[in-house]
Amino acid sequence: MTVILGQTFTGISIGAVLLLIALGLSLTFGQMNVINMAHGEFIMAGAYTTYVLQKSISGAGLSLLVALPVAFLVAGALGALLEWVLIRRLYLRPLDTLLVTWGVSLMLQQLARDIFGAPNVQTRAPDWLTGNITVLGGDDPLTFANSRLFILALAIAAVAALSLTLRLTSLGRRIRGVVQNRDLAEVSGISTSRVDRTAFFLGSGLAGVAGVALTLVGPIGPTMGTNIIIDAFLVIVVGGIGQLRGTVIVAFVLGVTQSVLEYSTTVSVAKVLVLVAIVAFLQWRPQGLYTLRTRSLV
Amino acid sequence: MTLFKGAPGAKGLSASTGRPARAWAGFGAAAVALFALAPLALSDFRLGLLAKYLCTAMVAVGICLAWGRGGLLTLGQGVFFGLGGYAMAMHLKIADAGPGNLPDFMQLYGTATELPWWWRPFGNPLFALAATVLLPMAVAAVLGSFVFRRRVKGAYFAILSQALAAAFAIWLVGQQATTGGTNGLTDIQGFFGYDLDDPVNQRMVYFVIAAVLLLLIALVRQLIHSRYGELLVAVRDSEERVRFLGYDPANVKLVAYVVAAGTAGLAGALFVPAVGIISPAMIGIVPSIEFVIGAAIGGRASLAGAVLGAIGVAWAKTALSEEFPAGWTYFQGLLFIVALAFLPGGLVSLAGIVRRRRAAPALPLGGAA
Repeated sequence: MTVILGQTFTGISIGAVLLLIALGLSLTFGQMNVINMAHGEFIMAGAYTTYVLQKSISGAGLSLLVALPVAFLVAGALGALLEWVLIRRLYLRPLDTLLVTWGVSLMLQQLARDIFGAPNVQTRAPDWLTGNITVLGGDDPLTFANSRLFILALAIAAVAALSLTLRLTSLGRRIRGVVQNRDLAEVSGISTSRVDRTAFFLGSGLAGVAGVALTLVGPIGPTMGTNIIIDAFLVIVVGGIGQLRGTVIVAFVLGVTQSVLEYSTTVSVAKVLVLVAIVAFLQWRPQGLYTLRTRSLV
Repeated sequence: MTLFKGAPGAKGLSASTGRPARAWAGFGAAAVALFALAPLALSDFRLGLLAKYLCTAMVAVGICLAWGRGGLLTLGQGVFFGLGGYAMAMHLKIADAGPGNLPDFMQLYGTATELPWWWRPFGNPLFALAATVLLPMAVAAVLGSFVFRRRVKGAYFAILSQALAAAFAIWLVGQQATTGGTNGLTDIQGFFGYDLDDPVNQRMVYFVIAAVLLLLIALVRQLIHSRYGELLVAVRDSEERVRFLGYDPANVKLVAYVVAAGTAGLAGALFVPAVGIISPAMIGIVPSIEFVIGAAIGGRASLAGAVLGAIGVAWAKTALSEEFPAGWTYFQGLLFIVALAFLPGGLVSLAGIVRRRRAAPALPLGGAA
């Protein structure tokens, strides 16, 4: 019983990481229809920000808390810059954004290699995140790692912040307006180019926050972005493009599925099985779990 | 070369498809360059490298069809390249080991006492040769029919194909005992009875590769200029209209995807004797995208552009990464950004743009090719 609960919790914490990574993508890919392959490198930027801050601030706890807003700003600024230099020229060619931003991601990876060196680096977790919480006592105790709980809380907070921003603020209304009907938004007096850049700033900033969270899970390296970005894209595709609800549900479902499969098979077989399950799922719902109903033929 | 005689000439389909006479000349020039000039001018080492680049060009031929003509951005060509490569390498490993013996790496890990059941059929040369092409095509057919029938397309398709490449590479790494894991299948010595260490045989491998590349170009060119080729471009540009005309776009796309998988499989199979190794590092996400890069930079919609782009980028990678290991990555990234963001038709479109600029300076650039 505790094995099942333990695996489920591991799955939930994988899901929380996935969710944090995919959240920014749900803005830039889901809402803006831009496939940003450099998103993984923005996550890396957030992780290295944490690393640098820890070098300059002595307390690991303080540096982690400082890293959250700073990483948001660093990654967000990178995103806004990318949007301004390249992506705004490519809104009509979404597939090309994928390849162009791949070029950007190559360059950012090399930049990280030149600045921080090719080997992975490690950050220290603050003391208040190193322990475990024992939930079920007895002979066979069930323990949750504090750092995993912190990531879960961070993911929930980020989802809440993003959905409240999209729902309640005027910026959120403008973003949704531009997504739903760009031309109508433009003639209503919304500066779509400014909204695009702001949305990109927010989405990329969330990648930075995800990067901070990832420092608690594993080492930081120049290629860390490439390895996780595919999973995040799959979450968005299965969840339904631009659907926050879908992203949240699918992130946790995929996390738990992967964790359970890894327990019963191996990591590599689990990856393949999850992919097969996704293709099968898309047979049932080709546009993802949640879709905007439109009159379009596709 | 008589293949071209029956081909209907391109009637203004796009700037990249020249008239048959011009294509004839280009084809002849390529044949002369590959079979006469290159073997005379290049050392054995350089010729071996060229053989490797030509394999990349074969993948680009398929990418030109699927992506350039059909708009299917497939970021998973590494999977098909790998299937072809592993099918060939498995046969060559078995042949190297001799009857009854295990391939060296299996003895090394000591986990397998006899050949795994799924290795056994590859001991048969005919089966292995057929599998290098048919296995990738079958995988593409299954995946493609699932994906295209449910109208999964555009970014969804690109991401799925990319995830496939990632999953395949991870799976290969995980099966250490039967696939060689991260190392892959290395140290391949013989090629159907010929010793690959012998420079003469290496040259023969080069000639085989060059001949297969030319054959693939001729076949795919024929396909592009057929009725099917026109349909494929129509599906790319307006899928719904093609559907209303009574065709099933899913089938049209499926053919392009399967043919592209076949060329990639063949490329992988010939890559193995040329280089002597196949490993997960050659088929994961990064190499899969690199296959696309060459075609994109040269010109995705034009066979000549895609092939020359693939060879050029592969050559530049060797030449520049020898000199500046770090600088090459910046250059590669920059090349990719500039080519795609500012020159979507690739380098081959430059000539057309210059010509049009001269004729009418105010004419805007054409959209995505």
